[in-house]
Amino acid sequence: MKKYFSILLSCFALSLQAQVTTITPGKIAPDIKLKNINDKVVSFADYPSAKGFIVVFTCNTCPYSRRYEQRIIELNNKYSALGFPVIAVNPNDPQSSPGDSFDEMKKHAASNKFTFPYLYDEGQLITTAYGAKNTPHVFVISKTARGNIVEYTGAIDNDAENTDAAKTKYVEDAISALLNSSKPAITVTKAIGCRISWKKTQ
Amino acid sequence: MRKYLLILSLFCLPFFVFSQKINLITIDQLNDRINKGKDTTYVINFWATWCVPCIKEMPAFEKFEQNFKAEKIKVLLISVNFKSELNNSVLPFIKSKNLKSEIFLLDEKDPQEYINRIDSSWSGAIPSTLFIKNEKHIFFEKDLTYDDLLKEYTSIK
Repeated sequence: MKKYFSILLSCFALSLQAQVTTITPGKIAPDIKLKNINDKVVSFADYPSAKGFIVVFTCNTCPYSRRYEQRIIELNNKYSALGFPVIAVNPNDPQSSPGDSFDEMKKHAASNKFTFPYLYDEGQLITTAYGAKNTPHVFVISKTARGNIVEYTGAIDNDAENTDAAKTKYVEDAISALLNSSKPAITVTKAIGCRISWKKTQ
Repeated sequence: MRKYLLILSLFCLPFFVFSQKINLITIDQLNDRINKGKDTTYVINFWATWCVPCIKEMPAFEKFEQNFKAEKIKVLLISVNFKSELNNSVLPFIKSKNLKSEIFLLDEKDPQEYINRIDSSWSGAIPSTLFIKNEKHIFFEKDLTYDDLLKEYTSIK
């Protein structure tokens, strides 16, 4: 009996993983309504004058996220004034990754001086809706007459280690294009980083 | 004289015990290596010192290679740690684990480019493992157990 149960469980785990498909450019960006580290709920509607958003799935614990943290702060500092603020979402389940609990998020954002909301995705529904795969995983979104549209998804740039001055800055390039009323030349890259810690199915 | 030799050998001992080396490897060099090793099954595991599931599955790879020593099989453990972490993280780690398999640090710059050259389905997350024998190529972006390794080896060899 126990054996069948474990087979059933592993099938369930597989099907859960298989369900996560990254949303593709051109599709409507699912609305976000999540609790920020200051305990207030944040959603797209809180930004009436924004032209779009830089949604970043990132966390406290992943070395890639940490490598990119300063670059995420710089993105927000540069582009929030131009209409594209950063909204960060922690996708990890706190039981699977205790270092990514809501309390740890508060501490982490304070000690690293986050200048943007850092939202807690309880139940991982938004993470699933976007199909975020790894941390950090970015979605550049523009507000249009059709609604909020995904314009770019993937990595921030092609140099996680941050040693190449001539790196390709995918997110900056995508937003520059949008600010020039055109479309990004590159719309999908791979979000290199740590696999998202999903809630264990038991 | 013998006394000095003894003292000398005592000094040298740690170097023999911790003789595990690490070399840099590019994708081109990896492909060369695979092409030269015709009829060998290569089990290429991508890992990093900070990746908990990677460290957890490492003993299975070590045991697998040791148990099939008589067959044409080669385990290559390729770290995707940043190159700046070589001395502070990677070397101390492999010394502390005293790993028997061949260990490398990936010598590539642009992940968007090298990831597709390993497997176009790879998201870049680790652990991931590639089985190669001649023209056969099986890629897994997940943790593997000893039984998984056995099963995949049987299917590809």
